Amino acid sequence: MMNRRAPSRWAALAVASLTVGALAACAPTDDSASEGDVTIRWWHNATSDPLQGLWADVAAEFEAANPGVTVEVTGYQNEDLQRTLIPNALQSGDAPDIFQVWPGGEVRAQAEAGYLKDLSAVAADLIAEYGGSVKPWEVDGVQYAMPFSFGITGIWYNTELFEQAGISSPPSTLDELEDAAAALKAIGVAPIAVGAGDLWPAGHWWYQFALNACSTSVLQQAIPARDFDDPCWIQAGENLEAFLETEPFNDGFLATPAQTGADSSAGLVANGNAAMEFMGPWNSGVIGSLTADAEVPPWLGWFPFPSVPGGAGDPTVTMGGGDGFGVSANAPDIAVELLKYIHSAEVQQRFAATGAGIAAHPAAADSLEDENLRQIADGLAGSSFVQLWLDSALGPEFGNPLNQAIVNIFGGVGTPEDVVKALKDTAAAL
Amino acid sequence: MTTSLQAGPAVTAGPAPTSRRPRTTGTGRKWLEIGLFAGPALIVFIMFVIVPVALAAVYSLYNWNALGPLERFIGIDNYVRALSDPLFLRAIGNNFTILIASILIQGPLAISIALLLNRKLPGRAVIRALIFVPYVLAEVIAGLSWKLLLSPRGGVNALLEAMGLGDLTQPWLANPDIALWVMFSILTWKYLGFAILLMLAGLQGVPEELHEAAAIDGANWWQIQTRITLPLLGPTIRIWVFLSMIGSLQLFDMVWVTTKGGPVGATNTMAVYMIQYGQGQYGYGSAIAVILFVISLAVALVYQRFAMRRDLAGSMTTGVR
Repeated sequence: MMNRRAPSRWAALAVASLTVGALAACAPTDDSASEGDVTIRWWHNATSDPLQGLWADVAAEFEAANPGVTVEVTGYQNEDLQRTLIPNALQSGDAPDIFQVWPGGEVRAQAEAGYLKDLSAVAADLIAEYGGSVKPWEVDGVQYAMPFSFGITGIWYNTELFEQAGISSPPSTLDELEDAAAALKAIGVAPIAVGAGDLWPAGHWWYQFALNACSTSVLQQAIPARDFDDPCWIQAGENLEAFLETEPFNDGFLATPAQTGADSSAGLVANGNAAMEFMGPWNSGVIGSLTADAEVPPWLGWFPFPSVPGGAGDPTVTMGGGDGFGVSANAPDIAVELLKYIHSAEVQQRFAATGAGIAAHPAAADSLEDENLRQIADGLAGSSFVQLWLDSALGPEFGNPLNQAIVNIFGGVGTPEDVVKALKDTAAAL
Repeated sequence: MTTSLQAGPAVTAGPAPTSRRPRTTGTGRKWLEIGLFAGPALIVFIMFVIVPVALAAVYSLYNWNALGPLERFIGIDNYVRALSDPLFLRAIGNNFTILIASILIQGPLAISIALLLNRKLPGRAVIRALIFVPYVLAEVIAGLSWKLLLSPRGGVNALLEAMGLGDLTQPWLANPDIALWVMFSILTWKYLGFAILLMLAGLQGVPEELHEAAAIDGANWWQIQTRITLPLLGPTIRIWVFLSMIGSLQLFDMVWVTTKGGPVGATNTMAVYMIQYGQGQYGYGSAIAVILFVISLAVALVYQRFAMRRDLAGSMTTGVR
C-alpha cells in the first residue's frame, strides 16, 4: 500500500512547490525596474549616423539607469522595417517591444489588430507636453504611439544654380515656379528632379495639388471616410497634367529612383545636375550623404511649396508627417519607461542638434542648428493644419494603386479620372 | 575480389528473410528504407512547399492585411480583381513576351555560339569563360550595373555620344516603348552563358564518329549540324526551353532591381506585381501567387506532355530504379 501511494505523495509535493514558486513570482515588488533581468528589443529606421549613434547612446544610458535591463537596439532600412519586418514580427507573435510606427492608416491597422499598447494613461504627461503633433498617432481618441520626428514637405533647391539662372528669390506661386524652371533649363540644368521610379515621390506632387484644390473640410472628412466624390480630386490631377506640360522634370524621371545613387533624384540635386526636389524634411541628410564629401552642401536651400491659384485649398494647410515609436501590447512596463526617455525633452533636444530631422517635442525647436530645418520648423508652426502624406493617411492598401495611377499621369498614359478611380476601387476592395 | 567475397555473407547475415514470411518482411523492409531515406526530405517538402502553397490558396479567399485575424472571407473576389486589373494583365503579357522571345531569340543564339565554340578555335577556353561571366555575377550586382549604365547620364549614352551617335541616346529604362526590350536584352546578356554551357555539355554527348561517317559520305558542315548534331542535341534543347519558360514566368529579381516594373508598368511581371500590390493586402497578394503558380504549372505540364514526352518517358510516372 505504501508503495502505491508514494507516487501521489510525490505529485502533491511537486504541485505544492510549484504553487509556492508561482506565488513568489507574482509577489508585488517595489521597484520593477531593478527586479530581475529584462531585455527590451527596440527597432528603429536609422541605418547611419548621426541618428543610429544617438539611439545607441540613448539605449546605453537607459541600461545604466536601470540595472538588470538590457536594451537590444537595431536599425533597419525604413521601408523594409515598416512593410516587411514589423508586420511579420507582429503576426508571428514575436514583436519587438518598441518599434517604429507610421501615422495615419498604418497606426490604425496595427492598433485595430491589438498589437499596440494604449499609451493614453501611462504616458499622459508626455502626451500633454507634445501638443498637437501626437494627433496622427491617435486612433479613436486613444494614443498608440509617440512621434519623435515631425515635419512638412517643401522644395529643396540649389541656391547657386538659382543665382546662375538669375532667379532672385524662391518662387512663391506656381507661375513663378514655372518661370524658374524655364530659366534653369536655359542654363542647361534639369529644373526639378523627381524619383518617379519609386512611385511615391511622384505621388507627393499629386497629393500637394490635392491640398491646393480641396478645402480643409474635404481633406479632413473625405480621407477618413474614403469618399472621393468631390470634384477637387479630379482637379488635382488636371493641375498636375497642366504643370507636366511645361516639362519641368529631369530626363528619364519615370525610371529615376528617389534616394539611392548618383542618378537618383536626390543624387541629381547633390551633384548639381538638377536644381530642385520636392521632398520631406529628411532630404538634407539624404542629399548630404550623396555628395562627394558626404556633407550637407552649403548651397542647399528650402522653400515651401508655391501657392496654386484657383483651388478651394487653404494656403496655410501643409503636407507632412513623421516617424513615431509605439510599444508592443505584450511588452513589459519598463518598455514604456524607455519610450518616455526616448521622447523626453532632453533626448529630443539632442536629436534636434544632430540635424538628422525635426524633433517633434516643442522644447526641442530651439535646438535646431540647421538653417533649412529651422525654416521647416517655422513652416510647421505656421501651418493651420498638417495633412499627412495621403498614402500614409489612407493606409498601406492605398500606396501602390494610388501612386501607380499618379505615375501613369506622369508617363502620359493615365488621366486625372484614373487616379480617383484607383482610390475608389481600392476603398471598395477593403 | 576478396572484398566482394567477404561482403557477400555480411549482407545476408542477421535476421534474413526466412522462407515462412518472405513477402511481409520484404515489403516492410522496403517501406522502412523508403521512409528512412525519403521521410526527412518529404517532411521538409511538405512543411516548406505543400503547406505554404495550400495556405496561400486559403489566404487568397480572404480580405486580409496580415495584421488582424483571418476572418473576412470574400470568395473569389481577389481573383476577379486581379484578372480585371489592366496592369496585372499587362504583367502576364510581359511574362509571356519574354518567354516567347527567350525561346525564339536566345535559343538559336545559344545553339549557334555553342556550335562555333565546339570547334577548335584559338582562345576557346577564354571565350567560353567570358560568355559565362554574366551568369556567375549576382543578379542584384548585374541589375544595378545595368541600371547605372542605361540611365540618362550613364555609360551607354556617353559611349553613343563619344561615337558621334548622339541622336541615338535614350533614357533607356525610362522609355515605356522600349523598356521591355531593353530588359530582355539584359536578361539575354545574363542568361545566354548558361544556355551556351548547357548546349556545349549536350554537344559532348554527340559521338564524333557520326560526324566523321557523314563527312566521309560527303556531307558538308551545315548538313552535319542540321541532320546530325541538332537532332541529337534535342533533349538538351528541350530541357533548356523548359528551364527558360519557368524562369521567364517567375521573373522577379532583375526587374525589381532595375525598374521595379516601371516605367508605367512597361516591364512589370507577375512576381513584381505580387510584391507591389500584395503589401498590406496579403489576401490579394496570395491570389496573385496562386495565379502565377497555376500558370507556371499549366505551362510546365503541357510542355512536358507534348514536348518532353520522349525525354521523360517513364522517369516521372513509374519511377527510376
